[in-house]
Amino acid sequence: MTGENFKLKTRNLRKTYGSVVALADASIEMVEGEFLTLLGPSGSGKTTMLMAIAGLNDPDAGEIWIDGKQATYLPPFQRDIGMVFQNYALFPHMTIFENIAFPLKMRKMSEADIKANVGRVLETVQLSHVAERLPKELSGGQQQRIALARAFVYEPSIILMDEPLGALDKKLRDHLQLEIKHLHEQLGITVLYVTHDQEEAMVMSDRICLMNNARIEQLGTPDDLYFRPQTEFAADFLGESNMIECVVKTSTSKQISASGPDGAVFKALPNTQLNKGDVCKIMVRPECMSLLGARGKADNMVSATLNETIITGAVTKTYAQLANGQEITSTQLTTGPLGTTGKGSPIKFGWPADRTVALAAGGEAPA
Amino acid sequence: MSGSLKPALKSRIWRFWPLYPAALFLGFFFLYPSVLLLSISFVDGEGALSAVHYKHLFASATYVKVLLITLKIAGWTTVFAILAGYPVAYLLATVKSSTRNSLIIWVLMPFWTSFLVRTFAWIVLLGRKGAINQWLEALGFVDRPVAMIFNFTGVMIGMVHALMPLCILTMLSVMENIDRNLTKAASTLGARGGPAFWRVYFPLSVPGIAAGGMLVFITALGFFITPALLGGARDTMIVQVIIFQIQEVLNWGFAGAVAMLLFVSVVAIFVLYDRLLGLSTLSGQSEQGSGGRSGLVARIGKVLGGLFIELMATLTEWMGRLWDTIFPRRADVARTSFARGGAWVTALLVIAFLALPALFIIPVSFTEAGFLSWPPKGFSTKWYESVIGSGIWFNAALRSFVVAIMSAFFGMCIGVPAAFFLARQNFFGKGAVFAFLVSPIIIPNIIIAVALFYLYSRLGLTGTTIGLVFGHTILAIPYVVITIMAVIKNYDIRLDQAAWTLGANKIKTLWLVTFPLIRAGMIAAFMFAFIISFDELTIALFVTGGEVTTLPKQMWDDALLRVSPALAAVATLLLLFMSAFILLSEFIRRRSAS
Repeated sequence: MTGENFKLKTRNLRKTYGSVVALADASIEMVEGEFLTLLGPSGSGKTTMLMAIAGLNDPDAGEIWIDGKQATYLPPFQRDIGMVFQNYALFPHMTIFENIAFPLKMRKMSEADIKANVGRVLETVQLSHVAERLPKELSGGQQQRIALARAFVYEPSIILMDEPLGALDKKLRDHLQLEIKHLHEQLGITVLYVTHDQEEAMVMSDRICLMNNARIEQLGTPDDLYFRPQTEFAADFLGESNMIECVVKTSTSKQISASGPDGAVFKALPNTQLNKGDVCKIMVRPECMSLLGARGKADNMVSATLNETIITGAVTKTYAQLANGQEITSTQLTTGPLGTTGKGSPIKFGWPADRTVALAAGGEAPA
Repeated sequence: MSGSLKPALKSRIWRFWPLYPAALFLGFFFLYPSVLLLSISFVDGEGALSAVHYKHLFASATYVKVLLITLKIAGWTTVFAILAGYPVAYLLATVKSSTRNSLIIWVLMPFWTSFLVRTFAWIVLLGRKGAINQWLEALGFVDRPVAMIFNFTGVMIGMVHALMPLCILTMLSVMENIDRNLTKAASTLGARGGPAFWRVYFPLSVPGIAAGGMLVFITALGFFITPALLGGARDTMIVQVIIFQIQEVLNWGFAGAVAMLLFVSVVAIFVLYDRLLGLSTLSGQSEQGSGGRSGLVARIGKVLGGLFIELMATLTEWMGRLWDTIFPRRADVARTSFARGGAWVTALLVIAFLALPALFIIPVSFTEAGFLSWPPKGFSTKWYESVIGSGIWFNAALRSFVVAIMSAFFGMCIGVPAAFFLARQNFFGKGAVFAFLVSPIIIPNIIIAVALFYLYSRLGLTGTTIGLVFGHTILAIPYVVITIMAVIKNYDIRLDQAAWTLGANKIKTLWLVTFPLIRAGMIAAFMFAFIISFDELTIALFVTGGEVTTLPKQMWDDALLRVSPALAAVATLLLLFMSAFILLSEFIRRRSAS
């Protein structure tokens, strides 16, 4: 087999430490210019996978192809990669210029070319004025941009980023997320990004590879993962979710219908894994549920008792309870002051069938 | 006006109370006599100001030669300690912490083993009929014994063995703070293992090399046990001249002049070091990437260092390429790193050199022969019987024990308040106060010993147990201050603040919250002080006398006559006691830490 047109391709990567499996059956493919994020909780295997791709950690089995070339056990310095570390790993004894010049020097580039290239990338990250400073004289955000510049100055096939924004405060992180995204678009680089922050993954990625328990849980676009999660873990890890236990009544290639508590019947997007009689969970995002008036109609509906309504700012959250005691949440844009409906009042929620997902029950318990 | 000033002044004076016991004690027993000793070197026999002792010192070639020999021995000891210690420190800094903890015990082993025991072990190993010569002859490598002792080689082996742990620990404290991602980053950026090490890791470890080297060098300057027992007549070091002048010639003024020479050398090295790297690097807080000092010396150093790094990086780059040509890499087959294996083998060999020799003292103590020989003849416990039966050894051991307990206790009483104050308060001159409190371990012990001898002879404290206790307390204070300060720096002061808000006063907080939490550190400080005193010879050599003797002093006196199997038996018992002591303290420390 070959790498074909993929910038990066891994096949069945596996890594164990003693009896602990850190990574299993990890296969991904990335095309040129793609931004793929490995997302997952700590210990899910995402960093192990990144380290294997970087060549900093030999896998026990499987293959890695970079830009069409077999690279499974190549040392890092012979792979065509760039890496941005969590704490940037800028060389503290070298100036910013020397830091960015380092990979070019390793590639035996002429002094003049080094100067031109370093100047060019410093301009790209808008930090030309710091060339002669030492890393510790820069702010966290500036160091981050220099680390990025050092990783793409030699135009590697793929740039790996290991939680590069983890050490920054929220505001700066939001800003740099967009900056990295724009750099990615502007330079057309291929980026494999690691984070545990689902929002960051949603903002930046073309595709997200959700990992859990050393395995790939689901690989797809942010849309796919958010609106069509395939497992309870995926539904729970990204955003908030309401889940109602049901039994499948009919399962066709177009729709699933399932019966829930109190005789309610829910229609959901098709799921070929589910058959008639299976226990399943119906998942719907809080922002897809709306409050129905007494005569309101929707594809799916439940009756509940109101617990409380809270304005959190731009959105208003409604917490309610089904007859069987299960809590559900609905999130709506704040349009005006709270009504007079008090705790204990009966209310009705409704939502469309194409925002409803039926998940096989008994999968991984949400972490 | 003055009425409002007075309370402010009073509270300012009171604010510094934790420093007063330490300052008063060291001022009287350490600073005052040291200044006195150094100043009598400027006074002639009639009590007039004169440079006669210095003229005498530099007039004869003998003393200049001794000074040069001292510098030569200290210099080579430093070079070898760094070269052999670096791989060990590097390995310790880059393995998992569990592996490090088990390896570091073996590095510290010689640190804890008595100085004299180690020196005796080398006599057993290196002597004409020693273990190594016997093996070399048995294997047919040599026809006649190689002279490895009572010459420069013996001194080198003994001193490198004695001082390398200090060098390793100092380098380790810097290397531990080097981000391990940096070398990884260098390799993802295209650098091979060799160049990545030389261009990135090595420059960042230089402050550790410098600090370790300097500490080894100044400690080596003040050595006399190893050259006296393992060296020949031509390996006399400067401290031996001081001892001779005091004990045989009673020429205080001249001894003071030699001590002054030693003192000035140590201070000069400190100043030079400060110019080059800054003293702050000593505490392991290397100012990574601070650009270092500017100034001519520093700049020349930088250029030469840069060239050296460039050379090594290029060299290792080509070696790596050559290796890859002979054994081509395959992208689909894993390959183990030979460089890492090499580092392990080197480091383990060095650790064996550090840890094993002391063990050779054990078999020879059971010999039937009347002299030290390898292999030991037969099996007999007669040497143990003679040692245990003799009142001299028992009394010496008992006194050593009592003195060590008391010195450690006083050292704690004086050192702990000062350490708390230094770790938690900021005030003008803090650096100077700290430097003063730890200076007893930087100033060569011989100066303290001779100065104390001078002071005690006036106070009538010579030959008393309490005089010895005060002498050892001087050395205990710096160790207590350093250890406790390190512990308090890692202590979250918000726990104390929480206790205050919950209604505990300062003393109750200290007793119920702070002390229980830093108990492990307190125990470590006490043990440290105990061992320093228990193993101390220099001060004991001068301030003890007649019946009042300590174990190291008794061993030294015996060793000067003859290193006999009886001495090996004493050394074995000491080794056993120290190991039990270390194990016990480690056990207590781990239990109170968990």
